[in-house]
Amino acid sequence: MSLFRRSPQKAVISTATRRTAKDLRLGETGTICCLEDPEMALKLLEMGCVPGVQVRLSGRAPLGDPLMLVLGDQEYTLSVRASEAATILLKE
Amino acid sequence: MAVTASSSATTASQTGPEADARPLRIALIGNPNSGKTSLFNQLTGLNQKVGNFPGVTVDRKTGVAQLTPTQRAEIIDLPGTYSLYPKSLDEKVITDLLYDKAADNYPDFVVVTVDANNLRRSLLLFTQLGDLGLPAVLALNMMDVAERHGVNIDLPALERELGVPIIPMNARKGIGVAALKIVMAQRLDAPPVGFWQPDEQLLPLVRQLRYYFNLHNDYLALHYAQQYRQISFLSAEEKAHIQELVQQAGFDATTAQAAETISRYARINEILLETVTVVRTEKREPISNRIDKVLTHRVGGYLIFLGILFLLFQAIFAWAQYPMDWIDQGISGLSAVIQANFSGPLVRLLTEGVLAGLGGVLVFIPQIALLFGFLAILEETGYMARVTFLMDKLMRPFGLSGKSVVPLISGLACAVPAIMGARTIESWKDRMITIFVTPLMSCSARIPVYTVLVALVVPDQAAWGIFNLRGVALMSLYLLGLFSALGSAWALKKLLKARERSYFIMEFPVYQWPRWKNVALTIYQKVKAFVLQAGRVIMAISVLLWVLASYGPGQQQATAEAQARREATTKGWDAAETSRQVASARLETSYAGKFGHVLEPAIRPLGYDWKIGIALLTSFAAREVFVGTISTIYSVGQDADMGTLQQKLSAEKDANGQPFFTPARAFSLLVFYVFAMQCMSTLAVTYRETKSWRWPLAQLIYMTGLAYAAAFVVYQVLA
Repeated sequence: MSLFRRSPQKAVISTATRRTAKDLRLGETGTICCLEDPEMALKLLEMGCVPGVQVRLSGRAPLGDPLMLVLGDQEYTLSVRASEAATILLKE
Repeated sequence: MAVTASSSATTASQTGPEADARPLRIALIGNPNSGKTSLFNQLTGLNQKVGNFPGVTVDRKTGVAQLTPTQRAEIIDLPGTYSLYPKSLDEKVITDLLYDKAADNYPDFVVVTVDANNLRRSLLLFTQLGDLGLPAVLALNMMDVAERHGVNIDLPALERELGVPIIPMNARKGIGVAALKIVMAQRLDAPPVGFWQPDEQLLPLVRQLRYYFNLHNDYLALHYAQQYRQISFLSAEEKAHIQELVQQAGFDATTAQAAETISRYARINEILLETVTVVRTEKREPISNRIDKVLTHRVGGYLIFLGILFLLFQAIFAWAQYPMDWIDQGISGLSAVIQANFSGPLVRLLTEGVLAGLGGVLVFIPQIALLFGFLAILEETGYMARVTFLMDKLMRPFGLSGKSVVPLISGLACAVPAIMGARTIESWKDRMITIFVTPLMSCSARIPVYTVLVALVVPDQAAWGIFNLRGVALMSLYLLGLFSALGSAWALKKLLKARERSYFIMEFPVYQWPRWKNVALTIYQKVKAFVLQAGRVIMAISVLLWVLASYGPGQQQATAEAQARREATTKGWDAAETSRQVASARLETSYAGKFGHVLEPAIRPLGYDWKIGIALLTSFAAREVFVGTISTIYSVGQDADMGTLQQKLSAEKDANGQPFFTPARAFSLLVFYVFAMQCMSTLAVTYRETKSWRWPLAQLIYMTGLAYAAAFVVYQVLA
C-alpha cells in the first residue's frame, strides 16, 4: 500500500466513491486508509493520523470550519481545516 | 571539532559528578501539552531566566535545578514539538541545539516528557531522540489520568524495551519530581537500543555525510540530508556540498520522512503491544469533550469569548484602580515628605526626576500583573487553543489564521513576546502579516497613556445602566486598535505573494484547572521584566529630562525669569500664580523647551504644544515614557503643588486661561497613541524575527503615518 495518492485521477478508487475525513457525519467514525497530500501528510502523520487509526468527527467550529477530529480510542482531539481533512482518505 | 567535544564528554563521565567543574546541562523536551512547563517550574522554581526583550534570546528558557544538596544542573526548556523535523521556527531551536555536539549549549542528556495517555504519539519523538544517540530519561507524566482512563503500563518491560530509565510522575502535583532528580544527578548513557535504521539504499548517502562532517551516527547524518537548508551553523559551501550529494543519491526528503514516520509507528506499536494494556472503564465521553460542546458552541462559543474579553477589561480598568491609587499616593506622599524636609538641586533631582519617573512605572504594576495573569490562565486551562479554533475561519478573510489570534491577544500585553509567539505559525505569509499588525493591538504600555488621558476628559459616570463611561471609552480604544490591525492585515494580504500554503493542524489540550504556581510565576516574571527593562529606560530618560528641563542655554532662563517677575508685579499676581508663571518661563527657555519648540510646528495641526512635543519625542523609545515625561515636565519647579499627575494636568491652562487638555486634544493624543509605533523593542524584535530591515521600517513608516493622519482628523473634527 502506498502512502500517498499523488493524483486523485490516477488513484485506484475513483473520485466519485472515495471518502475523506471531511465527509464524516457528526459523531461518525472511520479508519484512516492513506494520506493524499505529501506535504500535509508529514504534519498529519506526526500528529498521529497514521493509516489504520480510527478517526471520529466530534465537532465543527461555529462557522463550519475547522473540524474537530478525535483520533484513536478517545485518545486526543485534533483541530484541522476542512480542506486538510479532505486529504485524509478513509477505508471503505 | 566534533572529536574534541566527544573526548571531553568522555572525560567528564569518567571523572564522575563529584569532580565536575561545570554543572550538568540538561535539556527538557516533549510534545506540546505533555506537562513540560509544569516540570520545568517544579525543577527550577524561581531560578529561571527568561529573556523577553531584545538582546536576550527567548528561544531558550533556562533555569537552575538543585538535584542533590551538592549538585546543581542547568535546565534548558525547549519549545514543545511532535518530532525532530521542525515545521515552524519555534521548533527549529531544537534541531539547532541537538545537531551540533561541539556547540556550547549541547546538553549532557535530555529529559523527555511524555503524556502517559498518549504514549504512541509521544514515543515518536522519543525514538527519534534515541536514534540521535542522546542519553535520555523518560518522564512519564500524567500517570494519574492514565490510571483513571484504564491505561495500564508495565513499567519494567517498557524500560527494557526503550533502554532508558522511566520515572512515572504527576508534574502538576510534583509527584515523582524527587525520583527524577535522583536519576538526573547521575551521568546517563545513550539508550543502547536502536529504534529505526535508514533504508539500505540510503546508506551510501548517509556514510558520505558522516565521513564529511565527522558525525557520530547514521540518523544524525540522515537529518543533515533532510534539513541542511535550515541548519544555521552550516556554511553556504557545506550546504552546497550536501545538496550535491543529495541530488546524486536521488534522495526525496518528503517520502523518506513519511516512510520513516510510518515505520517508527510500526515499531512503537510493537513495543506498546507488549507493555501497555487498556481497559476502558467508562464509555462516556471524556469531560473535556463535553466542555467543548459548550465552549465551542455555534452561538454560545462566541458569546463566552466576548464575555471573557469583557471581564479582562473590567479587571484591568476597574479592579486595578485601587492598588494603582495606593501606589500613586504613596509615591507623591514620599515625594512631599522629602521636599518638606530637605531642599537643594539634588533633592529636586530626586523628587522631580527620579521619583516622578519611578511613579510613572510602578503605578502600572497592578494592570500588567492582571493582564498577564489573565492570559496565563486562559493558556493554562487550554481555552486559548479553542479560541484559535473558533476564530480560524473569521481570521482567514483578513489573511490571518486562527493561530494569529494568540499573538494578537498577547499583543494586548506586549507586542514583543507576541511577535515571537507568531513563530508557531507555519505559513510564511500568515506569519509576516501577523507580525506586521500585532503592534497595532493596544499593548500594556499604552495603558498609562490611555488611563491618564481618559480620566482627564471622560467623566466617571455610568452609561446605559451597567457600564462605566470610562470603561466604554477604553474598550473603544482597544477596539480601534483591533480593527486597524484587521484592516491592515487585509490590505497586506492583497499586497503579499504567498509562497506556501497555510495550514491549521493543532491538538486540543485537555481542559484542566490552571496551575496557580505557573500563573504566579508568569506574573512575577513579566512584572519583573517590566520594572527592570522599562523602568531602567524610563528612569534614565526621566533624569536626563529633568536636567534638560531645569537648565537652559546661557542667561536665557534668568532673563525669562526676571521678565516673569516684572510682569507679576505689574499685573499684581499672588505668590502662587507668580511662582507658576516663573516656573513656566524657566521651562520654556530650558533645553527641553527648545527641543519642544522646534517640534511644535509639525504637531500643531494635531492640537499639541511644545510640552507634548517633548513627551512625543521621549516616548518614541517606549510609549510608557510619555507619562513619566509628562509628570517630570509638569513637576519641574512646581514645588508647592504635591498633587497627583491627574491634578497637574487638569490645572494646565492654555494661552487664554482655559483648561489645556480639551476633549479634542486628549482624544487626538489618544488616537495618536493607538496607532503610533513608539517602541524600539518592537522594531528590534521585528527585525530579529523577519531577518530584514524592510519589515520594521515598513511598520515604522506605516504606523506613524496612520497615527499622524488619524490624530489630525480627530483634532480638526472635534476642535
